[in-house]
Amino acid sequence: MSGKPRLHYVNARGRMEPIRWLLAAAGVEFEEAFLETKDDLKKLQTNGDLLFQQVPMVEIDGMKMVQTRAILSYIAGKYNLYGKDLKERALIDMYVEGLADLNELITSNFFQPADKKEEHLATVMDKATTRYFPVYEKVRGHGQDFLVGNKLSRADVQLLEIILLVEESKPDILAKFPLLQSFKAKTSNIPNIKKFLQPGSQRKLPIQEKDIPRLMQIFH
Amino acid sequence: MAGKPKLHYTCGRGKMESIRWLLAAAGVEFEEQFIETNEHLEKLRNGGSLLFQQVPLVEIDGMKMVQTRAILNYIAGKYNLYGKDLKERAWIDMYVEGTTDLMGMIMQLPLQSAEMREKNLALIIERAKTRYFPVYEKALKDHGHDYLVGNKFSWADIQLLEAILMVEECKPDILSAFPQLQAFKGRISNIPTIKKFLQPGSQRKPPADDKYIANRGKCCLTSVRFHFPQLLLKYL
Repeated sequence: MSGKPRLHYVNARGRMEPIRWLLAAAGVEFEEAFLETKDDLKKLQTNGDLLFQQVPMVEIDGMKMVQTRAILSYIAGKYNLYGKDLKERALIDMYVEGLADLNELITSNFFQPADKKEEHLATVMDKATTRYFPVYEKVRGHGQDFLVGNKLSRADVQLLEIILLVEESKPDILAKFPLLQSFKAKTSNIPNIKKFLQPGSQRKLPIQEKDIPRLMQIFH
Repeated sequence: MAGKPKLHYTCGRGKMESIRWLLAAAGVEFEEQFIETNEHLEKLRNGGSLLFQQVPLVEIDGMKMVQTRAILNYIAGKYNLYGKDLKERAWIDMYVEGTTDLMGMIMQLPLQSAEMREKNLALIIERAKTRYFPVYEKALKDHGHDYLVGNKFSWADIQLLEAILMVEECKPDILSAFPQLQAFKGRISNIPTIKKFLQPGSQRKPPADDKYIANRGKCCLTSVRFHFPQLLLKYL
């Protein structure tokens, strides 16, 4: 009855990328409908497809889901990537929320005025290496392959996503984090994830400066 | 073995308020330790209690939980306020994220210049009236139940009431065009645990205003600023 999940967003990472990662890691095939113009967004809005007039929107299991966190939680729950009980879920949630904060810091760099960008990026990299990565390095020190419950969860998927994102700005960011280096290698080799990391997958490229005006125009 | 949950935060609403609401609605007694100085915060940080060096921190069931969303999810799950299955949880999550966005806008007002505040207040009212409240009004009208999801009291109901009251503080007649929400507000406010929380002397915190921030000194404003930057980014 319900076919593949269908993702509605612009053809860019933005707030949809963690959802693409999670579906891919779960081995779930999905379709994408890209918003190319402001009219595309307006059409979804006037059709009543967007609960709060915003994207991301994911059609899944008969629902038109909105709100990134809600969508991610549903997918994680459905595909057993959310721990085995409340306490494991609590840990996963804490790790995931920390990564979401770091992600916001990084993506906010695009919206900084040109003369502030470099300084802002330096601050973000500093936070990555002093506030966030040490936490996950320490967790990895427990010797298990995965962050929580010795089983792949959304926390692992999201950590890999963020590591790769940060490396795009600073390739040697993991220099002082040997356990995260081995985590990166191991997790990248999980078949579903390895496939997603290959060219031609639905993973989106980093945003280019030249794309920003066009994307902003759709949303504002 | 586990005593009452213990909340570590400043003496204001901020990101802890939704947690206070949820615990209170669930009938869970909790303790609070207020962070009044930078030294106190540094002590928590140096003691290794704060996973990402930030508050809110809630000590609960042997865990030192941080990250508002993680804490709320845990409490909702533990006290059966999170629906009966994945799909109900999905709806609760969507509704909660909507009210979180709306309340997040209001939370930033005290941090802004008078001019920005006026502009954003108008935006908040407009969003409440055209983007958010119509959704909940329609949901209640369509199914005719007392509660938003699954005909059962949930986290979504608690947070909607919290949001309604917060917007009313900005504009008292905001619900004039929303009869379902008016009835909802009356109903939910009368639930005994919530009624108790709404009474003076409860652990509910007052809104942050200029006087409050001035009296509480630099610490409150600093602490409110250091974990709000992320919020500011959300509305681009």
